[in-house]
Formats: sequence, C-alpha cells, structure tokens
Amino acid sequence: MADQDLKTTPLHALHAELGGRMVPFAGYEMPVQYAPGVMKEHVHCRSHAGLFDVSHMGQVILRPGSGDVVDAARALESLVPQNLLGLAEGRQRYGLFTNEAGGILDDLMIANRGDHLFLVVNAACKADDIAHMRARLPGDVTVEEITDRALLALQGPDAEAVLESLAPGAAGMSFMDVRTLASDWGDLWVSRSGYTGEDGFEISVPADRAEAFARALLDHDAVAPIGLGARDSLRLEAGLCLYGNDIDASTTPIEANLLWAIQKSRRPGGERAGGYPGADVIGAQIDSGVQRLRVGLLPEGRAPMRAGTPIFADEADADPIGAVTSGAFGPSIERPMAMGYVSIDHSDVGTKLWGEVRGKRLPVTVQSMPFRPATYKR
Amino acid sequence: MKFTEEHEWLRPEDDEADVVTVGITEHAAEQLGDLVFVELPEEGTTVAKEDEVVVIESVKAASDIMAPVDGEIIEVNAALVENPALVNEDPLGAGWFFKMKVADIGDLDQLMDEAAYKKFI
Repeated sequence: MADQDLKTTPLHALHAELGGRMVPFAGYEMPVQYAPGVMKEHVHCRSHAGLFDVSHMGQVILRPGSGDVVDAARALESLVPQNLLGLAEGRQRYGLFTNEAGGILDDLMIANRGDHLFLVVNAACKADDIAHMRARLPGDVTVEEITDRALLALQGPDAEAVLESLAPGAAGMSFMDVRTLASDWGDLWVSRSGYTGEDGFEISVPADRAEAFARALLDHDAVAPIGLGARDSLRLEAGLCLYGNDIDASTTPIEANLLWAIQKSRRPGGERAGGYPGADVIGAQIDSGVQRLRVGLLPEGRAPMRAGTPIFADEADADPIGAVTSGAFGPSIERPMAMGYVSIDHSDVGTKLWGEVRGKRLPVTVQSMPFRPATYKR
Repeated sequence: MKFTEEHEWLRPEDDEADVVTVGITEHAAEQLGDLVFVELPEEGTTVAKEDEVVVIESVKAASDIMAPVDGEIIEVNAALVENPALVNEDPLGAGWFFKMKVADIGDLDQLMDEAAYKKFI
C-alpha cells in the first residue's frame, strides 16, 4: 500500500505488479529492488539492458521570452559554472547549481532543445531548484516544471537496439545527444546518457502513456526492471556522484574533483570567467588548489567501507584525514569500492590509507575512477 | 530444528547430542538481500547467548549474527568468506555459519519449533 505522505510515479502500479519492494526515497515511494535482487539486477544491466523509473526527478523547461534559446542559456549561466552559450542545439551537458560560498546546491543535466533549455534535477532538490531559478533568473525566462511526463532510463549494451525498435532514430544518437523521437507512445524526449556508466538513454514520455511504453520495453527479453539498490551500485562503479552523499552545499566543485565539468570559458582567464554564485571561491580554488579532494577508494579486503567510515593516513594515527561518502560492494568489479574526501596531501592515486570499520583499521588505496570503464557511445 | 526470534536456525547433529549447526532462515536471507561479506569467529571461542559472533554485510547494510545459546564455537563455514552468496543461495544448507557445542542442551527447549517460527514471521 502506498504511504499517504509519499508521492508515486506513473509507473507505481507496474512496480507493484513486477514485485518491486517499495521504499520511501526523496518523498516518493520507489522500488529498491525486484525479485532477482540488487546483484543480479546490476549484472543484468551491464550485460543486457536495465529499465529504471526516474520519474521522481524534476523535469524543468527554461523558455526564453524572446524565443531565442541563447537568452535562456545566458541567463542560466548566472547560476551555474558551465558554458551554456557553447551548448549546441541537440546537445546536453552536466551542470551544477552553486551557492555564494562555492558549495553545490544540486547537480543536473542541461539540454539545448532548440527553442528552450530542458533540465533534469534531483528529486530531493527540485522544489528548491525551481524556487532558486524563479528568484534569480530574469523575468523574461519562464521556469516551467513538467509534471505531465514520466522519466525512464534504459541502460546497458542492448539499450540501443531495443529503443531503436520502438523509436527509430535512437541508434543514430551519440553520447549526450538529445532528440525528440516519434513513437506509438507520443513524442519521446530522448538523451543518450545515464547514471550507470553504460551506454543508454534517458527518455521523457507523456505520463499517461508511460506504463504502456515501459511494458513495450519490458516485452524485450533483454530488458529487466532495475531498482534503486542496483542504481546506486552501478553509479558508484561508474564513479558518479550522488547528491546529498558525495556532493552537497558544503563541498565545492573543485573539492569534488569536478573541474572537468567547468569549461575553460568559465574558469579564471576564460572569456566568460565567473559570473555565477561562489565564482570567487571556486576561481581561487582553480588557481591555488584545495585542501581536500574527492577520490576513489578501493578497500583491500572484502569488508565494504560504508558512508561515514573515517579514513586515516596511518594505522596508528588518532585523527582521520578524511571520510567515505559512498561505499558499497561492486558486483561487476567483484570487490568493495568507495569514494570519499581525503586531505590533498593523501589524495594521489596509489596512496595507501586506512579505513576504520567496526573498530578495526583496514587497508584501502586511493584509486582513479571510474572503477569500471564506461561504455558510452562517443 | 529450532528457530530464534533473530531468524536463526539450529539443527542438532545426528551423532553428537550437544552439537548444533547454526544458520539464518530463508526469510532472513531474503530480507537482508545479497550478502557480500561474512566475518566468522575463531574456532574454540566460548560464547554467551546474544554475543555478536558473526558480522555479515549485505548490499544494503551490516548486521550481526548472535549466539543463540551459551556454548563453544567448534567449527566455522570458511567457504562463506570467499563466497558470501552461499547464504542467499542455500541458507538452510551450504550457507550455514558455524557449529557450536551447546553448554546446556535444555536451552534449546526455550526456542521455537518450525510451526511456531512460521507463525512468528
């Protein structure tokens, strides 16, 4: 039964029918796993294709009053450190809302869909993000929350063939391309992207057609439904941040090792340097460095190091030099994995550190991410 | 076979009246999800009822297996260390955790039988 205080997605009845074990997540009742369980779902996604309901995430359109998307892009550049004037029509990029202290308010996807920008933001942040944009963007840019569309992700090596069979045109897209594809379930807003490290697609579909569309995807033998549990182990193997765990208002993009997401034009010395909240802090960190850094951590033994595990430079040291922010077992790499923040002088790949688990110091090594190479179609 | 409220089972060995094999039930294994880590006690350890003797971690979280009665751990299932999934695949068989010599065999009478456990879950 649905908890009265929890919202549901257009696929709620389908999750129940598929045997999804429902849990509260970001104010929604969502499937954490189905009958096969986290490990088998994870492996299925990497070997065939996984279907994820991500309808809890926020879908937002920024529509410029002028009708020229450049005006929306220029406006949004005042809230994120990304180059959006350089974002071509039909392309998407990863972005970050920052605060005045340089901390991260949310991470998001930003797509140029011709006459508007289309954003996908985290479920737990969407109300704040929308309020933030309405308060800070110029009045001629309208912020529309899209509530009549579901959002699905189809990820894994068989995703391309399956989606192409239902929505021709999918196969011609490259990583981070966005297109509108016609289908029997209405216009699909498709991006070739995801949160698993696999090739795949994120698909916005009219809410009243979403269940039928999901059933059509699941009719393919290659496609299995995947819950939040495997979604988390897949993204961690891919080295991707979870907002609220690995990044938040107290971490800057530079500390979070996300400098790659700030294009040169927005860095100090670039043609549109700064001009976003916290640009002074972030710019100074780009120039002079940071005290701590988000890194990958590979425990040597089999014991997982969960979020909150303190990290020490020496087996006998009293004071930690960092902590794990996400930790789990990696079903594809067949060993525990973690990410977290460590002081900059202990952040080089290969550095041997110690994590304290149940009172015992266990060896862990700083590792480059992703733990498993991505298979994006570039 | 006997059961605890912590979803452990105890199976008396046929040939040794005071030795039981201990594992977790199918219900517990399903609730925990896929196990990824098992830390076993040393053989020969003397334990008291409700001592935390085994650490297990599933894909979701860590939990403890407690000693169901007083006694001594006489054998552990070392295969679980390399292959924790055995617990999910065969919780009542190959997924056993340890064998213990029970201090007072009468303690087993306090535990649930299968019918009582089924009612309990």
